[in-house]
Amino acid sequence: MSILNLFKIAIKALSNNKFRTFLSMLGIIIGVAAVIVMMAIGQGSKESVRKDISKMGTNLLSVRPGAEKMGGVRLDPSEMQTLKIADYEAILNNKKYITYVSPEVTSSGQVIYGAKNTSTTIYGESPEYLDIKKWEIASGSCFTDEDVRKGAKVCVVGKTIVDELFEEDTDPIDKVIRFKSIPFRIVGVLEEKGYNNWGMDQDNVIITPYTTVMKRLLAQTFFQGINASAISEELSDKAIEELTEILRESHSLKDSDEDDFTIRSQQEMMETMSSTMDTITIILVVAAGFSLLVAGIGIMNIMLVSVTERTREIGLRMSVGARGFDISNQFLIESVIISLSGGLIGILTGWLGTLLCNHLGFPASIPMWSIVVSFVVCTVIGVGFGYFPARKAANLDPIEAIRYE
Amino acid sequence: MVNKDKVIIELRDVKRKFIVGDEKVYALRGVSFKIYEGEFVTIMGTSGSGKSTLLNQLGCLDTPSSGEYILDGMSVRKMSKNQRARLRNRKIGFVFQNYNLLPKTTSVENVELPLMYNKEYSAKQRKEAAIKVLKEVGLGHRLDHKPNQMSGGQMQRVAIARALVNNPAVILADEATGNLDTRTSFEMLVLFQKLYSEGHTIIFVTHNPELAKYSSRNILLRDGRIVDDTINTNILSAKETLDNLPVEETVDDLITESESRDD
Repeated sequence: MSILNLFKIAIKALSNNKFRTFLSMLGIIIGVAAVIVMMAIGQGSKESVRKDISKMGTNLLSVRPGAEKMGGVRLDPSEMQTLKIADYEAILNNKKYITYVSPEVTSSGQVIYGAKNTSTTIYGESPEYLDIKKWEIASGSCFTDEDVRKGAKVCVVGKTIVDELFEEDTDPIDKVIRFKSIPFRIVGVLEEKGYNNWGMDQDNVIITPYTTVMKRLLAQTFFQGINASAISEELSDKAIEELTEILRESHSLKDSDEDDFTIRSQQEMMETMSSTMDTITIILVVAAGFSLLVAGIGIMNIMLVSVTERTREIGLRMSVGARGFDISNQFLIESVIISLSGGLIGILTGWLGTLLCNHLGFPASIPMWSIVVSFVVCTVIGVGFGYFPARKAANLDPIEAIRYE
Repeated sequence: MVNKDKVIIELRDVKRKFIVGDEKVYALRGVSFKIYEGEFVTIMGTSGSGKSTLLNQLGCLDTPSSGEYILDGMSVRKMSKNQRARLRNRKIGFVFQNYNLLPKTTSVENVELPLMYNKEYSAKQRKEAAIKVLKEVGLGHRLDHKPNQMSGGQMQRVAIARALVNNPAVILADEATGNLDTRTSFEMLVLFQKLYSEGHTIIFVTHNPELAKYSSRNILLRDGRIVDDTINTNILSAKETLDNLPVEETVDDLITESESRDD
């Protein structure tokens, strides 16, 4: 029998049992919609993480002390005192692929203004830090190289600090706040950045010259790290090479020695994040995929019922000349129609669900390939779970089938 | 009418055994006969006589355990399932006791069914052929009716039309009047006699001995063997019998009548 006729027969048989057909389709609809929405949410959050990271600057490089291992023992990098002023100067003097450099020393504690206080982190940096982080000043200005040289007690603060310490309409510029009993004069307020994807408030910061933190706050001579930016994202690798070379020389490491510092690029970080998001997406999609499996079993069940119900019809068709092949095709096409049209409606539902997610503020975007995958999966389900009932129908004995009551 | 030059069906010592548990049961114990083109044969026997098994053999639904069955020049015994399906499609027209029409499907579509499995027919040819045979069986006015809109007699006419549509070498009727009242049964017989007069080969399997009077030949089966095979020289006209039937017969009368006949 021709495919066209088989389709006609299948559609007729399905429309004879509309509600039943709809119910078995429903499983597929829900399954496909769930998979599509999960993939869309996965993709959407990945994109938003990427956007956030690139907002921080994709050409950002950060140097931290300590190698992966030292003599078999892993040390806490913050206790290693390997990054010093000399390293910073060496970088400044030899950089080619690096635009900005800023040493970093940090300390956490309470900041006080009048009767108010809040917990925050103070970052000792050079003025170039804001360029590296692509951070703008909202009001006032940044501290200067001169301030760095003198170890001046000046700072720029994030929006959260302003909100926590000052009444509304108060201009924080030139106000003096205290951090660990040392007074800092506010010279600038940073542009608001909001929370990052790890849930950290990026505006809860005080940035001050690194010399001030080292001399007046912590009394230490080493840095916790050095931040730098490559000329461009593409040149990140070159910049890493360059940094490595400079630091190895300045640390007088022999060729056989391992690096006593690590350099990470933002790009690398982005890849790590992406792969984490991918893992989460896969878990979500697999969970949703199970509902598709259940839906497939539902189709198989209903097809088995249908075969039993239509035993006489099968017997008749065989006695007028249908081959087993014709009969199994007839039932296979029925199950493929159920699963494919269920899949189509599911994709549509998933698309609506994605719109809803976006409306509710979850970033979600449907990757094109997920639609293709849904189609393929639905066809596989239709054929796979339809095969057994179809075989059962094709293997019926026409003599018994035609007299089946 | 009978064309003695052309053998449509030839059975040579056909045996069919079934294994039931550990026992071998012979349903056919060596059946041989020839049926020529244009014969109207009734095959009779009580239940258990092997007539259903014989019908399955004749209809190529089953193959003999031993012996030879030649249908229109082709040996059936060694054929595969698919070959037999094709043979049924081209050479045989089935009429069943319970009509076996597809529900929710019009007469024309029901009659088209065998041609659906024959690639040589286009959709248009199928429809034309179906309408032609439906007119032949007197259902020209019921082309688009569905089974639930028709009487038993009309449904059986659709079934007969379906058996005719592929222009088969032989029409196999299995108790084709078994579900019908006397009057309608004779109407069916009139139709079968008309087909016989047009040269169709008909095999009518029944347990009703009365029907033998209206066929051209009668084969009697008992315990898997042929016990009688007679040519009927005095074929009664079903039309005359039908005309002489009392019109006011009620359904109850018919039931008692058929019960007493069964006894």
